[in-house]
Amino acid sequence: MRLVILEDYDLASEWAAKYIRNRIITFRPTAQRYFTLGLPTGLPRAHPESYHSYMWNNFFKHVDIDPANAHILDGNAQDLEAECAVFEKDIADAGGIDLFVGGIGPDGHIAFNEPGSSLVSRTRVKTLAKDTIVANARFFGHDLSKVPTMALTVGVGTVMDSREVMIVITGAHKAFALYKAIEDGVNHMWTVSAFQQHPRTIFVCDEDATLELRVKTVKYFKGLMHVHNKLVDPVLTMKNDLS
Amino acid sequence: MPSNGSVSDAPITQFINCRILKEHTLQREDLWVRDGRILDPEKLFFDEQGYADRQLDCGGAILAPGFIDVQLNGGYGVDFSTPSEDPGAGVAFVAKKILEHGVTSFCPTLVTSPPSVYHKVLPEVKVQSGGVHGAGVLGVHLEGPFISLEKKGAHPEQFLRTFGGSGGVNPLLEVYGGLDNVSMVTLAPELAGSQSVVEELSQRGVTVSLGHSVANLSQAEEAVQQGASFITHLFNAMLPFHHRDPGIVGLLTSNRIPAGRSVFYGMIADGIHTNPAALRIAHRAHPAGLVLVTDAIMAMGLPPGRHTLGQQVIEIQGLHAYVAGNTLTSSPVPNQLTFDSRILNVFWGLGTTTLSGSIATMDMCVRHFQQASGCSVPEALEAASLHPAQLLGISHQKGSLEYGCDADLVLMDDQMVLEATYISGVEVWRK
Repeated sequence: MRLVILEDYDLASEWAAKYIRNRIITFRPTAQRYFTLGLPTGLPRAHPESYHSYMWNNFFKHVDIDPANAHILDGNAQDLEAECAVFEKDIADAGGIDLFVGGIGPDGHIAFNEPGSSLVSRTRVKTLAKDTIVANARFFGHDLSKVPTMALTVGVGTVMDSREVMIVITGAHKAFALYKAIEDGVNHMWTVSAFQQHPRTIFVCDEDATLELRVKTVKYFKGLMHVHNKLVDPVLTMKNDLS
Repeated sequence: MPSNGSVSDAPITQFINCRILKEHTLQREDLWVRDGRILDPEKLFFDEQGYADRQLDCGGAILAPGFIDVQLNGGYGVDFSTPSEDPGAGVAFVAKKILEHGVTSFCPTLVTSPPSVYHKVLPEVKVQSGGVHGAGVLGVHLEGPFISLEKKGAHPEQFLRTFGGSGGVNPLLEVYGGLDNVSMVTLAPELAGSQSVVEELSQRGVTVSLGHSVANLSQAEEAVQQGASFITHLFNAMLPFHHRDPGIVGLLTSNRIPAGRSVFYGMIADGIHTNPAALRIAHRAHPAGLVLVTDAIMAMGLPPGRHTLGQQVIEIQGLHAYVAGNTLTSSPVPNQLTFDSRILNVFWGLGTTTLSGSIATMDMCVRHFQQASGCSVPEALEAASLHPAQLLGISHQKGSLEYGCDADLVLMDDQMVLEATYISGVEVWRK
């Protein structure tokens, strides 16, 4: 894996954004060959804090993506299982995910793959753990009763099938989860740990998120920053020299 | 990208690079328009998989709802209260010109006139949507003749009337010839028999406004309880505020307004009709009720000189308009007094000093209001758009940039100097 440590939230966000930009440019997408970006999805639609609204306000309205190319799991679908199956098929039809960008929950989950989720799971309906509900309460006026208890989510296996995975982790409250994800073993109680077995994973974090890691780990990866920073240099040539 | 239409084939316009007035602030957001209405882009994206057919770059400007003027007596040589061969054409002419001031909807106003004038003019002035041809007509504002003699202002005394004994709106129907296309009536509530009139007008959906009146606070509050919801040009043509009887002005802070209702008040913010300190007192007492009006007369847009308003002659100098006296002197003795930097001088010899409507334009009023009150730009803009729409009960459609509202817009810079006006999403004027 790569572990990229930036000083704070803003710098970590900027680094991650530049990395994604570079990946898209070097991929050289065309009308016939799309760059497929994967993102975690979940909550039901008809709420201002639904992922649809969240994705619209934070991403889609700022870019000129063709709406037909935006696939979000629909939590209001009639047949939720069919919805999940179609989603998996859509991913396959698109040629697989080139880059999956996600975060980590305080309980170490990726997307809504709560502790105990199979590490080879696919897109499905999940009941949310208490930790996740509490973490999401901030979107619902801190009223726990208003937070949805179920979500549709991509599976751990689904994400593992991506050609590259980027996990963005910021904040001291995520530090223990990061420790469990990268310094402990692969364990379905901390589903992000599955990416230790992925050929191309990159963790982008701020200083606070490293608080539970060994000093040795942090020093090693900080020492590699000159290498990491080359990955976000503006891409002037179209050579694909990322390894 | 080609047009897409699962819900409608109409083209979608996206105003980009602008700051829109929404939720009482200026937000850095795009505005989407389809079929003359403001569109929810999130629904468009997810439900229809739609996108804009064209984008209009606003150059960082402010995009706000078009202004609504509920008191406009005429302009550019047209006086709505003077019957001509084609009153409709006169209204249409002014409607087109006021697009330059950012007014997208208005209420043509008739001052106190004889029944013959009402019978001739009213049928010709119809409610209609705006467009390239001009601002939309929301309905006529009838200011008089059921007003107070002592507070007639520039209205002709011989045509003032009282309600008579019968009660109800019959006297009004007789005088006006009907209430079709009427959206507002200004009356003096102290006139005997006014209660049933106010009640019935309100029930008919006509906004009742108190003005040109010597009513005390109780009488005014009674009228509000019967349905009155507006005050015509606050402070002007009414008793001044007194600390033991605030009169109509006291409605701004009255605790006898029925729950769920609000009293709005018109303000002519031309720097002349109201001293800026008085404007600030009213604004601070009841900011949500302030409605900017021009009360502009036919001289608005014309060069200085003498002109006819209703049945009277008025005289303009600079931004002042006065009622001309009966005698003409060939060489008036000038007596130079400067009120503020925009006024040239005032002549006392020729006429009276009774103010006679204003010749300021709506955008001037918005700027002056913001500057005099120190309020924020959103507040100033809302006083000319949201508040009049709320007064007339049309805020779900006009005066706001919420999804589903009519796309009547004004584009302006940070000093609120207008750059363009749009009605139903179509550009109808550009600087």
